[in-house]
Amino acid sequence: MRRVTGMRGVATSILGLAALTASGAVFAAAGRGEPPVLRQGGVEAVHVQGNIWLFAGAGGNVVASVGPDGVLLVDSGAESMAEALLTEIQELQRMLDFGSLPPPGLRGGAEALQTTPIYTRPPPKPIRYILNTHYHPDHTGGNETLANAGVTFAGGNVSGSIQDADEGAAILAHENTLFHMVDAEAPFRALPTDTYYGEYYKLSHFFNGEGIRLIHMPGAHTDGDSIVHFTRSDVIVAGDTYSAATYPVIDLERGGHINGVIDALNYMLELAIPSFRTEGGTLIVPGSGRISDSADLGYYRDMLTIIRDHMQIMIDDGMSLEDVKAARPTLGYDPRFGADDGPWTTEMFVEAVYRNLTETPAPEEYRGLPPYSGGPGR
Amino acid sequence: MTNRTRAGIQVSLLLTAAACLGGAAYAQTDLSGEWRVVRSEDNFHNPYNGDTGGLPLNEAGYRRSDTWDASIQSLPEWQCRPHSGAYITRGPSALKIWKEVDPVSRETVAFHTEWLRSIDNPIWMDGRPHPSEHAPHTWAGFSTGEWVGDILKVTTTHVKEDYIRRNGPPQSDRITMTEYLILRSVGNEDYLSWTKVVYDPDYLTEPLIRTTEYIRRPHDQVPPYPCTVVTEVDRPRGYVPSWFPGENPHLGEYEEHLGIPAEAARQGAISMYPEFRAMIRENGWEARRLDEATPTFEAQQNRPASGAR
Repeated sequence: MRRVTGMRGVATSILGLAALTASGAVFAAAGRGEPPVLRQGGVEAVHVQGNIWLFAGAGGNVVASVGPDGVLLVDSGAESMAEALLTEIQELQRMLDFGSLPPPGLRGGAEALQTTPIYTRPPPKPIRYILNTHYHPDHTGGNETLANAGVTFAGGNVSGSIQDADEGAAILAHENTLFHMVDAEAPFRALPTDTYYGEYYKLSHFFNGEGIRLIHMPGAHTDGDSIVHFTRSDVIVAGDTYSAATYPVIDLERGGHINGVIDALNYMLELAIPSFRTEGGTLIVPGSGRISDSADLGYYRDMLTIIRDHMQIMIDDGMSLEDVKAARPTLGYDPRFGADDGPWTTEMFVEAVYRNLTETPAPEEYRGLPPYSGGPGR
Repeated sequence: MTNRTRAGIQVSLLLTAAACLGGAAYAQTDLSGEWRVVRSEDNFHNPYNGDTGGLPLNEAGYRRSDTWDASIQSLPEWQCRPHSGAYITRGPSALKIWKEVDPVSRETVAFHTEWLRSIDNPIWMDGRPHPSEHAPHTWAGFSTGEWVGDILKVTTTHVKEDYIRRNGPPQSDRITMTEYLILRSVGNEDYLSWTKVVYDPDYLTEPLIRTTEYIRRPHDQVPPYPCTVVTEVDRPRGYVPSWFPGENPHLGEYEEHLGIPAEAARQGAISMYPEFRAMIRENGWEARRLDEATPTFEAQQNRPASGAR
């Protein structure tokens, strides 16, 4: 049986990882070229690049921008792992030092200089934002715990008229994600505090020294997917529009569509720039599985496009769902991405694509993404 | 006997033979220098479509190979890629090795290896661990080395997905590799035998063992290989070339050119072993048109590549 992560096997993953790391925190010092790794309580922190860290083992992948402004999270993992994740985030903040003295030229005149500076690290800044890529509980289950541990930037007129305006971190997501979480009766404090309904949403100011965009991927994994682009760290967080571990979960009941998934992958490929020989450069963090780059994303796009196109030929030839299943259109990729059991099997994936291509019209708002223009927004 | 045991015996025999071959061996010596690949019947490697002989592919591997369209290499994401660490030694490229030394202790930190159009492939010698399972993969993978007697044993993980032969048979990104670099002298020449054992849990039923031979050529140089992505073919956005299963018209190339039935190239692991010769005879797979069909070595070198770069 293949191991499935994220919402598709959270409990198993959590138990296994917890057992492995029960002895406490382990910090593996980084060698050259090796990302630093921090492990505690079943959650593993891996440096992606720039300000960006991946927290694996907390449900779906959780990504954090960690820096002098505090912490911005993309997704919050499973509810049962929220405390462990919070501990891991705080441990990472203690390990990193963002409070260094400014260079001498920025400290004022000679009288302002300490000839022998005495220095201690300032306490870590709080979690300021949580951005949700979609509504599934393996990505939003930690919202309540983590938001309650955070503090929103607030002041002026806002804090004057809304006295609890700074309590808890702000939660941002596409509007459809809010609707689905309300339908699923998520706790009030877990719900997004700010939503957007257009093609994208930009944070109004830099956070940890960089611009951050949420970009809506219509009708993909769900109808409320966002990818998150960290513009200076050069990292794209794909949510579950890309999984490096499984075939993509297509949530048919909430507007998921294979064409939207492929369109999202093509969009991210246009956004990403490799460093050299199609390697490195822009890094992509999938909803589950390892850190990737545009070559990995390209392979995943190739696979899904080939499977979809072959299934479309079968459908055009009049094959029924059972005929298509018997023809095994995913055979070439099953050892790597398939599953015979668990919450998302190969058979379920084939059936979802078949229904997409035969019964399910593309969601009404599905327009297809235009190629990335390279300009602001897109 | 398990497949791994069998592979282990094969590698042991190979290493023993290597130790006996030639003259001096060099304990923990410097592999640095310019190396020219010794072309042989096993690595001129512009393979015909459908030639999967000698590969221990499983069912999924054959499906990927059968539906492979070489035109996929015209996609932007494919144009400037190198071969992955599992295949790079099978190309015709020269090899450059240089040594990174700690400036204080003078210990070898790494051997860096490079082929035409490759990237840096470091072999770390300083005892560092392999990265987290969540870390990115690279074309070269992450390699660590240790001396076993006179042989440099290399362990590689974190390799990107690629082909195991450049006519489409796949190689998963979950492979691990054990490699052996064997330096020896024959007469006045230095030779480097580079053996790769590829363990692929997704597409191979047994470990795949391939050895490439290099000869030291101090005056050679691996040239630069700048690459620019262009629109090679005007296509709709997101188009990915592939052949529908059972409809690839090029799979007959192998049989057409070599006179060997395509079926003979699809026998999986057994086609790696001497017993396969008996199987060929029993099934009547001997080349039917060998004289007229087999191209000369020169013709092999010069013919238009099918999906090859």
